[in-house]
Amino acid sequence: MRFSGEFPLTLTIAELVQGLAAGQYSSAELVQDVLRRVEAQPGLNAFITVDRDGAEKAARAADAARASGQNAPLLGVPIAHKDIFCTAGVRTTCGSRMLADFISPYDATVVARLNAAGCVPVGKTNMDEFAMGSSNETSFFGPVRNPWDVQRVPGGSSGGSAAAVAARLVPAATGTDTGGSIRQPAALCGITGLKPSYGRVSRYGMIAFASSLDQAGPMAQTAEDCALLLAAMAGFDERDATALTAAVPDYHATLRSSLEGLRIGVVREHFGAGLDAAVGAAMQAALREYERLGAKLVDISLPNSGHALPCYYVLAPAEASSNLARYDGVRYGYRAAEYRDLEDMYKKTRSEGFGPEVKRRIMIGTYALSAGYYDAYYLKAQRLRRLIAQDFGQAFESCDVIAGPTAPSPAFAIGAKSDPVSMYLNDIYTIPVNLAGLPAISLPAGFVEGLPVGLQLIGRYLDEARLLNVAHKFQEATDWHRRAPAGF
Amino acid sequence: MNKEDIEKIAHLARLGMTGQERDTYAEDLSRILGLVSQMNAVATDGVEPMTHPDEAILRLRPDAVSLEADRDRLLALAPDSRDGLYLVPKVIE
Repeated sequence: MRFSGEFPLTLTIAELVQGLAAGQYSSAELVQDVLRRVEAQPGLNAFITVDRDGAEKAARAADAARASGQNAPLLGVPIAHKDIFCTAGVRTTCGSRMLADFISPYDATVVARLNAAGCVPVGKTNMDEFAMGSSNETSFFGPVRNPWDVQRVPGGSSGGSAAAVAARLVPAATGTDTGGSIRQPAALCGITGLKPSYGRVSRYGMIAFASSLDQAGPMAQTAEDCALLLAAMAGFDERDATALTAAVPDYHATLRSSLEGLRIGVVREHFGAGLDAAVGAAMQAALREYERLGAKLVDISLPNSGHALPCYYVLAPAEASSNLARYDGVRYGYRAAEYRDLEDMYKKTRSEGFGPEVKRRIMIGTYALSAGYYDAYYLKAQRLRRLIAQDFGQAFESCDVIAGPTAPSPAFAIGAKSDPVSMYLNDIYTIPVNLAGLPAISLPAGFVEGLPVGLQLIGRYLDEARLLNVAHKFQEATDWHRRAPAGF
Repeated sequence: MNKEDIEKIAHLARLGMTGQERDTYAEDLSRILGLVSQMNAVATDGVEPMTHPDEAILRLRPDAVSLEADRDRLLALAPDSRDGLYLVPKVIE
């Protein structure tokens, strides 16, 4: 097939890598088509910044490298970065007025590694402000729309990345996940998204939200593509004090391993009240598919996971209130135009630069850490965190992976959840995983009234290879991940 | 949470707030703390606090300069700077 000017972006990264290597099309041609698609969809609001010049230049460089006999695993493949990753020379806003004009002097490690693997970055995707949100409505740059129904949210906080991949504007994008921010938008947009184990991917240059929970990961059409991307992203980085030194396995080599005898834990508590009945039915169908593939279902319990939400809404805001103290209008970012003195400058800068959800979380975190409340909130939450993590350890004694819904319902309407607590409830199945530091993947597993739903698979610490394998086998047997929304 | 609580926390967090905002935040934060109070249903006496998913002792590195800060480039990001210094409103008269 010769490139015809109308590029079939239903192709996966694995297929694009082959097409580029075989000379069926150049990276320059591919990237032109991606830019055309991105620029034709301003209504989705999936991008905050499109870097046309940089993308064209990087694509030409990739083609030149190939012509001179060089190769790299993802040479010439276009990718979009969540606007939380610092990119030298291209503004990094984190979805906030505070950083609306911020141009980082350096690249995040994730960006540098994907560049080294040959990727061509085309732009920065929209996101909830400072990654605080589950619907992309908290972005200073306006909400992202779900390509399956533009009146609905794409999920969040990596909503721009999810919408861009779902609408096939780009073959893949990066995301970050503190309480579900890769998996929940992946589920609501019908794509595949992996949150690796805490420490597997470097956080250097990834703007901090809650440092003991934040983790970067890939978002793409398939588990196979996530494997290719994770291979490029993962690994030790001396610039991240919590980056793991463990060797990165060959994720691709085990992708096709048989699931015969695999024990899948089904969490009793995840199928109770709060789960949309139709989503539950889709999950049951997915579990039956796994039984056909040779897996055995095991009933398990995570008795403390029901308390993960309150635990998280102490720990994440506490860490955020500390991390976001750096935005003071002195060294970089927004500064208020008028002020009386230094304290007034801090207060005006921060109240004008941050949006309501970010301020709510800074306030909660400040309160939880303040004198007289520390033990009752922060310490209590840390003790609970251990109980939640221990539940997983116990569960994994009788199963190899855990399966269940990623989110309790499909995408909801923009503006439907104005009460913060009802918004937080979107993440009840994803948050326990971050607290425990485990890897988890969301993959398309059916539709409810025309909207995609996601299956979440949770793995043992550092067992990304198995998660990718278990997800890939499902995608060999089903075609949910091949479905794309009409009109894009 | 009442208005006075909100005012105190906002000051600690160096966030300016109007009267109207104080009401909204008092309501929102009370609701969030209602959610948070569900933690009390779990007995955690004697449980060691978990600070981090990977509780291994942080790695050390040789005590050597590993990053040369490009002063001019970093200062160029500042809202206001002069002669290699960050400028802020006068603190001491």
